[in-house]
Amino acid sequence: MTYIANTDTQRREMLSALGLDSIDELFDIIPKNLKSFSFNLPEAKSELELRQHLQLLARKNATDLISFLGGGFYDHYIPAAVDTIISRSEFYTAYTPYQPEISQGVLQAIYEYQSAICRLTNMEVSNASLYDGGTALYEAAMMSVRITGRRKIIVDEGVSPIYRKMLHCYTSNLSLEFVEIPTHNGIVNRELVKKELDKDTSAVILQNPNFFGCIDDFTDIVEKAHQAGALVISSVYPVSLGILKTPGEMGIDIATGEGQSLGLPLSFGGPYLGFMGTSKKYVRKMPGRIVGKAHDNKGREGFVLTLQTREQHIRREKATSNICTNETLCALQALVYLTLLGKEGFKEVAELCADKAAYTSKRLTEISNVKKKFSQPFFNEFTVELTGDAGDAIAALVEKGFAAGFPLGRYYKGMERCMLVAVTEKRTKEEIGLLKESLENVL
Amino acid sequence: MYPKELKYTKTHEWVKNEDGEAVIGITRYAVEKLKDIVFIELPSIGAKVTKDSPFGTIESVKAVFELNSPVSGEVIAVNEAVNTSVDKVVKDPHGDGWIIRVKLKEQSELDNLLSKEEYEKFIQDIPKEG
Amino acid sequence: MKLIFNKGAQGRRGVKLPELDVPNKAEIPEKLFRKSPARLPEVSEMEVIRHFIELSENNFGVDTNFYPLGSCTMKYNPKIGEEVARYNGFTALHPLLPQLRPGGLLTQGALQVIYETEQFLSELTGMAEFTMQPLAGAHGELTGIMIIAAYHKAKGNKKTKVIIPDSAHGTNPASAAIAGYRVESVPSNEHGVMGYREFMKVLDNEVAAVMLTCPNTLGLFNPEIKKIADKVHEVDALMYCDGANLNAILGKSKPASIGFDLMHVNLHKTFGTPHGGGGPGAGPVGVKEKLKKFLPISLVIKRRDGTYALEYERPSSIGYVAPFYGNFGVILKAYTYILSLGGEGLKKVSENAVLNANYIKEKLKTHYHLPYDRTCMHECVFSASRQMKKGVHAIDIAKRLIDYGFHPPTVYFPLIVEEAMMIEPTETESKETIDAFIEAMIKIAEEAEKNPDLLHSAPVSTPISRLDETAAAREMDLRV
Repeated sequence: MTYIANTDTQRREMLSALGLDSIDELFDIIPKNLKSFSFNLPEAKSELELRQHLQLLARKNATDLISFLGGGFYDHYIPAAVDTIISRSEFYTAYTPYQPEISQGVLQAIYEYQSAICRLTNMEVSNASLYDGGTALYEAAMMSVRITGRRKIIVDEGVSPIYRKMLHCYTSNLSLEFVEIPTHNGIVNRELVKKELDKDTSAVILQNPNFFGCIDDFTDIVEKAHQAGALVISSVYPVSLGILKTPGEMGIDIATGEGQSLGLPLSFGGPYLGFMGTSKKYVRKMPGRIVGKAHDNKGREGFVLTLQTREQHIRREKATSNICTNETLCALQALVYLTLLGKEGFKEVAELCADKAAYTSKRLTEISNVKKKFSQPFFNEFTVELTGDAGDAIAALVEKGFAAGFPLGRYYKGMERCMLVAVTEKRTKEEIGLLKESLENVL
Repeated sequence: MYPKELKYTKTHEWVKNEDGEAVIGITRYAVEKLKDIVFIELPSIGAKVTKDSPFGTIESVKAVFELNSPVSGEVIAVNEAVNTSVDKVVKDPHGDGWIIRVKLKEQSELDNLLSKEEYEKFIQDIPKEG
Repeated sequence: MKLIFNKGAQGRRGVKLPELDVPNKAEIPEKLFRKSPARLPEVSEMEVIRHFIELSENNFGVDTNFYPLGSCTMKYNPKIGEEVARYNGFTALHPLLPQLRPGGLLTQGALQVIYETEQFLSELTGMAEFTMQPLAGAHGELTGIMIIAAYHKAKGNKKTKVIIPDSAHGTNPASAAIAGYRVESVPSNEHGVMGYREFMKVLDNEVAAVMLTCPNTLGLFNPEIKKIADKVHEVDALMYCDGANLNAILGKSKPASIGFDLMHVNLHKTFGTPHGGGGPGAGPVGVKEKLKKFLPISLVIKRRDGTYALEYERPSSIGYVAPFYGNFGVILKAYTYILSLGGEGLKKVSENAVLNANYIKEKLKTHYHLPYDRTCMHECVFSASRQMKKGVHAIDIAKRLIDYGFHPPTVYFPLIVEEAMMIEPTETESKETIDAFIEAMIKIAEEAEKNPDLLHSAPVSTPISRLDETAAAREMDLRV
């Protein structure tokens, strides 16, 4: 295939306008010894061949497993209309809306997305998106350091182990102190947090529901942290906010999360969507693009990128973050999803997930070798303990057509027998029953 | 236009000595040059400032400039009104739009600042843009 | 346009969900519930569709208009990429699946896509290995800087600063600073590049790395680059290439041969994946042999038996920069793009991109000031300084172009050119389109002479004209 429009004749015309005989002359500036040598790339394929090749590759992936796999990334139903909108190439072939007069579509969409995130989280302001939930959490940690001028960060071990690894990676060259607090009965260990909170503490990082699926109310921790002059950052699973107490209601200072569950497919890890909300007083310390309402000289309303002085293209090495390209199309996708489900529908999704998870937990724990690990309430994901290695059980269940859950031993020492099971609105009573039977058979 | 009792810097800040305390702001010229000031970032009370070093920033829509302190000392007050809106700075930069108040470390630092006349001449000599 | 929150009616529904089919109710204590449901819109599916279709109609994209936004490479995005990225075999794939036994065997197709894309990028750039994890260009830069830091740490080098030319993208200094380095800026010389002599003044043992865009943001290739690279290596510093402009040298030169030790590539610029209105992108990072051990984990490897697997055992790795394997959906589109063009097709990309840019440069240089009059690569930078004498600025020219139906070029960047206008036509635009753009630019230059007010009030053809950004920044109306 080629997507080049010009013909040889046109190229000759253009070259002669430049007073040149060949295209090679345009590259004369590159010293001879720097010109490429090997160039072993495949030959061009036709669209038909490409389609056949990619279809074959797609078939080499096990996507027919009945999935109870979560861990922060969930198999939710995506209404058909979501793809209709994000397939509009006026949206997806545009770039960052630097020219508001011809970008009102995407700008208004981002303003609406920011509004939706604020309404979901009960936070006062939202940015236009970050890469994913993990980088959003790291950005929030750095933001707390900018706000407080302190350098110690307390992290609960209930925060996704993947995100904690990311936090370590990003801050390894900075003189920040990380203190990880082991959980107690599956939730935040209040005593240890209190002990660690001091005048150097910039933030306490929490997650709700946490990696084990347990849900919590952080209001008391927020109170203690604020007394110590520290902020509280909470990573939150957005679908849970259909019913659960919000970061805003808990007094959280910076709420972040992974927006994948809001209408984005799992897509083997991306593109995803990092969201972030905070208080208005911290908005100038927030990373990422922000859209605001504005008016033209005739009083007509429109939207623009605003508070840009925080950003790298203006403040360069003093910017709040280096982020430039974000995940705008994914933000639009999440917005369309939230809009389609609407006030009632979104609550219903959360209720369906929670109710089905409760049922699944009950059914699985009917098996004599399966116990609930924690007594804490949970939303759509929960931890069960088996009598043997959870990885073995899960592997055996793959054979039976299930992605039955996540073996927690991969990330938590001493939890080799624990399996994390996630349930979304897509799972049916029949599938849950089958899982129970199959698990019983492999144990 | 430029009050006699103030002293000025070439980076367009002014300072007024009130019994060992220096009130600091930005000049009318700076306000007019920046046109669209949207935000001024203030230091916190108790912060130390150093002569000719930045103590805060002033932002227009697409630019950020540093505010340089004309004197050294400790910040004892900031103009809280500026925190919420830059209106006062824009309307009355030499009065209600003051920015910080500093406990002076060295009175003598005030000596080599520009007088009203010197500052007026200085800004007159700045080439005008197209 | 009315916000979606102001449409619809109380109790109206869009999507219907299945009835609850299990007898249980969740046992969640009352105090863990939110007080009232999130105030999301209450609209029908058709209202949603009409709302967003109308919004889309208020947007320029590559598919609607010529979009010569310099440094962003707004080329045509082939539709086959959109199709394959929607195959269920890819979209339904859970990223944690490889962590279950039998691991990678459940995701062989996806791993092959990642592995082969890495191989293609290595061949194109001359680098030894790539990580596909970074989620955007700036994210790649940060990954690169962390690899640089890890390299120096491992060698016990005490390095404190990163050298960056003044023409660089703002992300470069921001990334270096975020990783803890001091940034030293070097002014460009009279040829528009970082000259060897200016550079040598700042090079010392404290330098951890030099970050250069190649060709640079003025669209110029620095002929002294190899000489600079050699000196950089003498002090055991590393050469980082911002690959934002790789489109200009595809198949013509390899950053690794030029002397770069590591680089990022913007899949959404060079490899035809759409920009999405500002993302998602992807910024894979490639490194030379000596830096391989620092690459983030996990990495996709090919086993002797021809199967693909994820490798987590790399003790010197900088760790996790992304939760998984990168923006897989974007990688998939880039993979499709590379296969679709093939090696020869990729060479034609750079050739035509450079030809188109030089053609514009030649045709417009009598009408607009061209600060660096030499053969450019894939983009050319003009200055509106001549028009400024009539009180017309780059922004006015940009806005007037909208009335002629074109997306404006990048303006006021690079910072070193006064009133800069940076034009990048890309290889996919036809001569007819480019001629029409040139004609519009010439007309605008005439209008600037005769009727500057016309330009000051532009655009006049859009539903709104220029917005008061000052008031917006002061009032901060950021949501409803």
